[in-house]
Amino acid sequence: MALLKIHEPGQTPLPHEDERQLAVGIDLGTTNSVVAISNDEKPEVLRDTSGGNAIVPSVVYYGADADPVVGEAARDQINDNANRVVSSVKRLMGRGIADVKSIAGTLPYHVEVPAEDAEKSGEPMMVRLNVGDRVLTPVEVSADILRALRARAEASLGKPVEKAVITVPAYFDDGARTATKDAARLAGIEVLRLVNEPTAAALAYGLDNGAEGLYAVYDLGGGTFDISLLKMQKGVFQVKATGGDAALGGDDFDHAIAEHLLAERKDGGTTDDLDASDAKRLLKTARKVKEALTDADETSVTVSLGGADTTHTVTRAAFDAMIAKLVSRTIAITEQVLDDADILADDVKGVVLVGGSTRVPAVRKAVADLFEQDPLSDIDPDEVVALGAALQAEALTGGSDNLLLDVTPLSLGLETMGGIVEKVIDRNTPIPVAKAQEFTTYQDGQSAMMIHVVQGEREMVDQCRSLARFALTGIPSMAAGAARIKVTFNVDADGLLTVSAREETTGTEQEVAVKPTYGINELDMANMLRESMVHAREDMEMRLLTEARVEARRNVLAVQAAMNADRALLTSEDEDNIAAAIAKLEAAMSGEDRDLINEQAEALEDASRPFAEARMDARIRQALAGRNVDQVN
Amino acid sequence: MSNTGTSETRTAEQPQHKVCWSCKGPVGATSLFCETCNAIQPPGQLDHFTRFGLKRTFIIDVDAIEATYLKQQQLLHPDRFASKSAREQALSSQQAATLNGAFETLKNPVARAEYLLRLAGHEPEGGEGHTVNDPELLMEAMEMREALHDADDRNAVDTMIKDTRKAARACEKDVADALEQNAYDRAKKLTTRLRYLMKMTEEARAKKSRLAAA
Repeated sequence: MALLKIHEPGQTPLPHEDERQLAVGIDLGTTNSVVAISNDEKPEVLRDTSGGNAIVPSVVYYGADADPVVGEAARDQINDNANRVVSSVKRLMGRGIADVKSIAGTLPYHVEVPAEDAEKSGEPMMVRLNVGDRVLTPVEVSADILRALRARAEASLGKPVEKAVITVPAYFDDGARTATKDAARLAGIEVLRLVNEPTAAALAYGLDNGAEGLYAVYDLGGGTFDISLLKMQKGVFQVKATGGDAALGGDDFDHAIAEHLLAERKDGGTTDDLDASDAKRLLKTARKVKEALTDADETSVTVSLGGADTTHTVTRAAFDAMIAKLVSRTIAITEQVLDDADILADDVKGVVLVGGSTRVPAVRKAVADLFEQDPLSDIDPDEVVALGAALQAEALTGGSDNLLLDVTPLSLGLETMGGIVEKVIDRNTPIPVAKAQEFTTYQDGQSAMMIHVVQGEREMVDQCRSLARFALTGIPSMAAGAARIKVTFNVDADGLLTVSAREETTGTEQEVAVKPTYGINELDMANMLRESMVHAREDMEMRLLTEARVEARRNVLAVQAAMNADRALLTSEDEDNIAAAIAKLEAAMSGEDRDLINEQAEALEDASRPFAEARMDARIRQALAGRNVDQVN
Repeated sequence: MSNTGTSETRTAEQPQHKVCWSCKGPVGATSLFCETCNAIQPPGQLDHFTRFGLKRTFIIDVDAIEATYLKQQQLLHPDRFASKSAREQALSSQQAATLNGAFETLKNPVARAEYLLRLAGHEPEGGEGHTVNDPELLMEAMEMREALHDADDRNAVDTMIKDTRKAARACEKDVADALEQNAYDRAKKLTTRLRYLMKMTEEARAKKSRLAAA
């Protein structure tokens, strides 16, 4: 028999093992997106090939019969091809009719709202965008942005990039998180973790400063506002509380200025009838005004619409007044979060600013006044989130001394009698979390129960977001109140919810991954993957092969560790059998045949079974001899 | 309804050795990781106190528990298993969720008291299908609610918050004494009172921020 080499645990060579998979951090923003990578805890943003801008505007241009164009080039098309350009799509991620109605007017493109009765029938419907000659879901548009970021990273690093940590606003609900993950899947990116944006920002600062204590992260982006309180101690970042508004941001500042400019034109006798293209141009002008007022006390601007040019002077004071209400709303939310966590503003050791909108002086002043200290801002507020995400991506693939403990941003509950919400998991509960609640039937012989899962802080179901409805059927005939239905909520480390229901007396069980109401169903997803990615199938095969190798490797290591620990219990026959099985398995692992790997892994399990049984017997004998297991080790 | 005494006996019956799912060899019943092959183990049915290496008692050092909690999360959190096999990821998620649940229960005095009552086989009051019928407590709660309703400036609400917190702290001590003496009926009543006091503090705080926002 040939000599077989048994490797030390952890040293089994594997094909491709030396190439650590590259994992990037992606800040998928409402207005701008950034991709970054970290090596040895030193994160850096990835710029375009000319070494220029780190920021990729989250804007996509869909030309006729052409591939989508993302970024600056897409933004340049706003003036001439407004109806083919999509921006701020993040605001629509995972959104349904009601939300879209409230924000559709502020969006510069046509939103196709699904028929209300279709949604009521329980059919999940997602909003679609009419862009030129195409009809797209927000998920597809986001996927196009992610593809561009992935391409940028690959060009910059010269290697394929398939894994990423993607950030989401802390306040993103389950539907929006799922939609983000779906978008990544379409773009061929494996999401290692969804991380809340403020948490990522704190990570970027925390590692640099190594500071312990309580920190507040004030994040005002283009379309969302988030405030988080984090405690840093002993290498663990704990999110103590979060709050925010998923539809409040710098875009609203632009709208306020645009409205102001239109009002001044009207006062001057110019009546405007804006089409989509005009609205986009006006907003672009408004943004320039906003940016100019960061450093200047006043600025002048010319608005040319419908052949009428008007010139306007906007002072910083006037701008501050226009946005005062918006700014004080962020401060009120911040105070509420402090209160929730039973923390005084003075307890906060540092305040981190995130998001381009925190460059607005009125915002900085309001934050400084509340916390009675100047906020930290030595990392570019547009890049800080991506840098933190890159650090987390490195930690997840390469290991780290730091750990991030996140919380659920919104309460999760169930509809009970009378449309009242019974909360199962309160907001700000650390994740992952599993919680169960028992319910019962209210009619004699009731055979089914509707489970309606909602997210939000209000007491009535119709004021919360509906996440999913499903029916637990097959409840045996019992008197009212006799059935015991246990509903379990599971929130994973990405903040995604799975709900299962079980009738305890009979074991009848149903489970749903909560995604229907606002997500894309699996069938649509499969179709999109087919259409958009020729290689989707190969990717899936590759992933399964990798998983089989990982599992097989773990098997080998486990058996080898057991052999080292209890060599005395190993007969020479078993040793030969195991060694032969390991050799065969390792040969299979270096090939591409997934079925063969799984087959050989099973063969190894069979070969090592007598040894495993001998080890268990030995342990039981020791226990019977009155020795404590813990003493044995 | 109650789950009388099962958990007491469960500990005694619990086998001291389990089979490791990974190397199929023996593994300690309370081990987080297999001593032989180092694979993460399922969380099992340990009670929360055992999980933190504590005796079942109401008075605990929350800071010390938090330190243990953080240390264990460093080892068990899914972020530590991002490039491991699907099975290990799932086990890590279960372990981390169980640990979170245990810590959340122990650090909150009301949840901790209720948990101790359940471990001793006494279902706490006020849960599903239980009504509170302690007239003294109901009267006290009504008076507190009226006082909060009438308080219309921040200072008055602040005073209320201070008072309820002080009362809650004293009540915690009474709960501890009752549990110590195995006086479960008294402990049940006091726990219900503690829950009311905590809830009032919370409502007063909410009112304070409403007043501040106005």
